[in-house]
Amino acid sequence: MSKFQLNRRSLIKSGVAVGAGLALPTIFTSSARAYLNEPKGDTVTLGFNVPQSGPYADEGADELRAFELAVEHLNGGGDGGMLNTFSSKVLDGTGILGKKVGFVSGDTQTKSDAARASAKSMIEKDGAIMISGGSSSGVAVAVQALCQEAGIIFMAGLTHANDTTGKDKKANGFRHFFNSYMSGAALAPILAKEYGADRKAYHLTADYNWGYTTEQAVRESTEALGWETVNSVLTPLTQTDFSSYIAPVLNSGADVLVLNHYGGNMVNSLTNAVQFGLRQAEANGKKFEIVVPLYSELMARGAGKNIAGILGSQNWDWKLENELGARYSGTNAFVKSFGEKYGFPPSQAAHTCYVQTMLYADAVTRAKSFDPCAVVEALEGFEFDGMGNGPTLYRADDHQCFKDVVVVRGKENPENEFDLVEIVEVTPVEQVTYAPDHPQFAGGDLGACNSGA
Amino acid sequence: MLGLNTKDTRLLLLVIALTMLAPFLLNPFPVDSELAQFNAGYPDLMQRFVIFGIFAIGFNILFGLTGYLSFGHAAFLGVGSYAAIWMMKLLTMNVIPAIIMSVIFAGLFSLLVGWISLRRSGIYFSILTLAFAQMSYALAYSVLTPITGGETGLQAKISDPRILDSNAGEFGRANLFGLQMSENVSLQVGGWDFTFNAGYYVAAFMMIISFYIAIRIFRSPFGMMLRAIKSNQQRLNYTGLNSRPYTLAAFVISGMYAGLAGGLMVAMDTQVGPERMFWTASGEVVLMTILGGAGTLIGPVLGAGMIKYMENIVSKINDTILHQWFSFMPDGLEDFVVTVIHPFIGKGWHLTLGIVFMLVVIFLPGGLMEGGERIAKLFKRKKGSGSGGKDPEHHPTPKPHVA
Repeated sequence: MSKFQLNRRSLIKSGVAVGAGLALPTIFTSSARAYLNEPKGDTVTLGFNVPQSGPYADEGADELRAFELAVEHLNGGGDGGMLNTFSSKVLDGTGILGKKVGFVSGDTQTKSDAARASAKSMIEKDGAIMISGGSSSGVAVAVQALCQEAGIIFMAGLTHANDTTGKDKKANGFRHFFNSYMSGAALAPILAKEYGADRKAYHLTADYNWGYTTEQAVRESTEALGWETVNSVLTPLTQTDFSSYIAPVLNSGADVLVLNHYGGNMVNSLTNAVQFGLRQAEANGKKFEIVVPLYSELMARGAGKNIAGILGSQNWDWKLENELGARYSGTNAFVKSFGEKYGFPPSQAAHTCYVQTMLYADAVTRAKSFDPCAVVEALEGFEFDGMGNGPTLYRADDHQCFKDVVVVRGKENPENEFDLVEIVEVTPVEQVTYAPDHPQFAGGDLGACNSGA
Repeated sequence: MLGLNTKDTRLLLLVIALTMLAPFLLNPFPVDSELAQFNAGYPDLMQRFVIFGIFAIGFNILFGLTGYLSFGHAAFLGVGSYAAIWMMKLLTMNVIPAIIMSVIFAGLFSLLVGWISLRRSGIYFSILTLAFAQMSYALAYSVLTPITGGETGLQAKISDPRILDSNAGEFGRANLFGLQMSENVSLQVGGWDFTFNAGYYVAAFMMIISFYIAIRIFRSPFGMMLRAIKSNQQRLNYTGLNSRPYTLAAFVISGMYAGLAGGLMVAMDTQVGPERMFWTASGEVVLMTILGGAGTLIGPVLGAGMIKYMENIVSKINDTILHQWFSFMPDGLEDFVVTVIHPFIGKGWHLTLGIVFMLVVIFLPGGLMEGGERIAKLFKRKKGSGSGGKDPEHHPTPKPHVA
């Protein structure tokens, strides 16, 4: 039995407890708000989620450089870069809607789980209003779904698989980068022109989603022009020695090898293929050829001399405006400010991330609100120019950008380590446009935009 | 209480208090202060703390008690996750069926893996489990793409059937009878902002139950048998006792814990990718257990918290933030300090973790728990010396009465 004793100490104690109990309901704030992470102060926070470790760390580092440059330009620093060439003129270097742009960065480790954890901490802890970046389709799809659920805009970085704006498309997600279908559609006519319309192709495909969609895209586009597909073999993503996959190619009756590989995979498989003498070989009375559907400067650097003479496609190249004229304006402005800040030309990953940040800032300014649903509305069907790719459309049906695709070839005698590819041709946007319900993109649904309210 | 002795009851109550008050404890710094960078009290990370805590508790039942080092526990986590997401796609977004099925499926899969792998012990056992886990990863990554979604993984979609949900066809969110896992209530006091997340408390509740079960296992005759296996399995076998059913039971129990963790991960964040089963994920739980203290009750939970904190907080510090911190220094010195610290932050968090791990293994072989015990001992000894001449180390300890 305890005795009830009233003394000063217990009186104060219980008084505080009662007071706290009474005050509790009033200091709990409900989650009622206009939209998630509404910027309240004089700054707005963007989240840049890039791979800083793992196989795509180089791309990630270049993406982060581009993001930093974009933020600098948005805040009025530097020479303004593409702000001077962008067809929309609402951005004036005073941040976004008068708020200074700040950013947080995170490491995706090229793993969906890590990428989502990093994106979540940006949303929940740092109050990021938009997430951008990423360097693999698996990560892009995972983070895009997260942003849709949370009610944040996702501006995809480097992601090439059809799924991102196909079966996994989301209303809050936008992709500026091109995709597998576009690679196939852009490459096929040039392959037919360069190598003839009666070729027999052998595909080596990385055994995961991006590999599948790229193989399908290249296959369908080339077969439509008369090519024949002899065989296609899936290779494990972790493979580093492709000799056993290359060896059967010469005796298969094929005269073209298509390497649906990216990053280190592509560097290794291409090196093996060249070592096996495929470049000098002849099959069916024709010279044997190798094709790499998705090219990047960083891969070209890794493959060294082996890349010489090999055709592939790119989203953008830093020499575009110099070689093909003012249609691609914006390119030089971007290359200049990037080069001045970092001392070398930007990669296509850097370009797409820079442009995505600018497009987001522009959309917010035109919508006069950070509300994700207003931003979605401003971006859907938005036509712009002066961002380095020529006239571009952000299609409302699937949030994919439509623009010209660059077909490149590895240089025989590169002058320096940044000038490894030459532009063969630019495939105009009409040739790479497809219907939103194209079978390669079927099965997805944008759904409604989510503002997290 | 609940069949626990006083010491264990106290430990359980401590864990309950820690998990329930986590939003306060993990947010020691006001939002606007520069140290807010070190706050860990946001929903996603708190959820991760308790989920990986469950994973590590389960792993510890196998590794800490029997000494069998499994290098493939991430596979069970992954199987649990896939089971959970399929329940959400097919049945309902309510987390209950997802969690139950994740435990069942992980249990079945661990029964299969354990039944085969436990024929060997030591390094051979480790390699077998590692092989199974890598096989599961490879299957999920490519071969089983129709079931697992391959590299992109699986997510809940609008078009999923969800036959038990009345609102099928709408965008569903993981919920517990209508209470959404992402529901937050925030409490603002002065400069502090505390967030209470529904999903976190669901996960924390599961962890407390898991912890309680783990205590009971540790203190049971079954747990004693597992310890006997650890100390000398051969001798145990010579006494005519078949130890395999015990190891298998421990293996399946820890597999079910991993499955529960996987199911909870899906409940908190409705997405699964195959990287969850990669061998580094299996290695991570080994690190957590060793870092915290293998064979101790609460150690693995601390280890899990430590690693997840490093991964999520240290990795997000970048040079810009460092420059802010050290802006009070003269320019040259500031740059120098930032350059020195640079390799240990951001992407260098692995390096920091590695150093911490090495220090712990070298100086505290018993993990963080040993560190705690040493500190506790230090204080006790000081108290003891005050009471005059009694040396606790040279006195016979009072023997308990025969029960």
